[in-house]
Amino acid sequence: MSDDVIKTEGLTKIFNKHLAAVDHVNFEVRNGEIFGFLGPNGAGKTTTINMLITILRPTAGKATVLGRDIVKEDSEVRSVIGVVPQEYTADEDLTGLENIFLCADMYGIPRKVAKERAEELLKLVELTDFGNKKVQTYSGGMRRRLELACGLINRPKVLFLDEPTLGLDVQTRTATWSYIRRLKQEYGMTLFMTTHYLEEADALCDRVAIIDHGKIVVIGSPEELKRSLGGDVITLGIKEDADVSEIIRGAKHVKDVKKENGAYRIKAEFGEITAPSIIEVLRQKGYTVTRLSLTEPTLNEVYLEYTGKSLRDSEESRENVMIQRMTVRRARQ
Amino acid sequence: MTEVSSYSPSRLRGLWALTNRELKKWYKAPLIFFLSIIQPIIWMGLLGKAMNLSALVPANIPGLDVGAVMKASLGTSDYFSFMAVGMIGMTALFTTMFSGMSVVWDRRLGFLNKVLSTPVSRGVIIFSKVLSATLRSMFQAGIIIVIAFAFGLQFGAGFSLLNLLGVFGILFLLCVGLSSAFIAITIRSTRMETPMAVMNLISLPMMFASNAMVPSKLMPDWLQPVVHVNPLSYANDAVRQLLIFDAIDYTQLAMDFAYVGIFAVIVASIGIILSWRFLRK
Repeated sequence: MSDDVIKTEGLTKIFNKHLAAVDHVNFEVRNGEIFGFLGPNGAGKTTTINMLITILRPTAGKATVLGRDIVKEDSEVRSVIGVVPQEYTADEDLTGLENIFLCADMYGIPRKVAKERAEELLKLVELTDFGNKKVQTYSGGMRRRLELACGLINRPKVLFLDEPTLGLDVQTRTATWSYIRRLKQEYGMTLFMTTHYLEEADALCDRVAIIDHGKIVVIGSPEELKRSLGGDVITLGIKEDADVSEIIRGAKHVKDVKKENGAYRIKAEFGEITAPSIIEVLRQKGYTVTRLSLTEPTLNEVYLEYTGKSLRDSEESRENVMIQRMTVRRARQ
Repeated sequence: MTEVSSYSPSRLRGLWALTNRELKKWYKAPLIFFLSIIQPIIWMGLLGKAMNLSALVPANIPGLDVGAVMKASLGTSDYFSFMAVGMIGMTALFTTMFSGMSVVWDRRLGFLNKVLSTPVSRGVIIFSKVLSATLRSMFQAGIIIVIAFAFGLQFGAGFSLLNLLGVFGILFLLCVGLSSAFIAITIRSTRMETPMAVMNLISLPMMFASNAMVPSKLMPDWLQPVVHVNPLSYANDAVRQLLIFDAIDYTQLAMDFAYVGIFAVIVASIGIILSWRFLRK
């Protein structure tokens, strides 16, 4: 018996025989943690989650959820997990409560139990007053909360959240985060979430896996990952048209220099001391520093470091783009 | 290991919950409900009353008994009654076609994925679509019979309530078959356009290549074989025998039930097998 709630070994999904959406992915999610899958659109986050929630069959590799194989024991897996999909799936023509009961019926939960749970869940997501209102009248944030309530109706041990705050405004997003934190703290639930918001992963996740082009690039806690960058990042530009990387590299505490788009990205320890000394070194060689910024590492830097680019929007299938647009549009209502 | 959820999903519960979800969209929306009742009235008015074949035969030709002529070719002396039954089949065809659309729609909205991630069985997901379309069509069929009666439908001499039960029996089989067929066609499609194109292609030809408007024996030889494989023809025939014909040909009626029944079983099985195969990509 291990402490791992989710475990994957070489999990792979190949679409159309050559497009590896998820490519030999290995990771473990420990009991009671919030595990984040971070990556740009099309990196393979949703594909991974869909395999784990058994609606997509892996091409190769294996994975277990709570010790149950996602292919051989798929219906056992389905009964112990909760899923909060990226889209708003609640039926707009039904009321919030009717939607929750519909979910309860899927799990075979007796109506009496379902009623008690629904009441509790509506309270948790602060929708008690709206339970009997049609979902059409809900705002984006309310819909998201209703999805959360539906995903919790079977008291899952593991909750899968696919882009839980896609298209929500900053306030609603922060509120959603607090619900997610409560699930972990009060219910001891294990959460697996995907996101392409760095600050979301930073604020919520105990551990993060950065995924790009279907491969996991790095796994660790946000702090570990930031620390692994080895200090602060200084970005500077000079007036002259010359490559001064070597000069900068000679300065004290400087660990690495990269020239990107005409600016230098310098990794250094003790940024606030190192920055002035770099300016001084450059001045002595006759160069003029025109701009400089100092940042302590955020997940954004981690991300840049490991994927070599900012979170980008890559090409996606027509269907996904359509679904995302629809979700965002409805979130704005 | 961690304990499993103590409740196990029951097929029947899941089936009814999903079916009821579809039905609620209809009976809880007054406008849609109203339109689905109005629709058969319009069809009956336009096709049943306006296209009055009885009027083609001049009544003043001496020695010609219009009623007898009509009865010889239609089986009943009243074309409106003949046509009204055709309307029942047509409504069943049009209503069940939308079951295919709703699978695509659910896929688009992500609802399908959500249901797929619950323990409810895949066959149940598909069958709930079939069942809801079937129940809707049967309700509409009931409305048509009532309205047609009000408009002057003449029941056959041997008509009894038991016959009515038979009518709904054959309609149930027909609708299960038809909606399974439309779902099987559209189960893999992710775009709304595909089922729409399929429906546009199939619906009207399927109706005209049946005995809904005109008895098959009046049709050209090349068309008759098509009419004879069309399950709609068998259902129409059964309903006519049960509702409006004076004498029931029991051999033919048994044939009708057998043909439509086999059609329903085969197509529904195909639909459910496809759902196992294709609902999981």
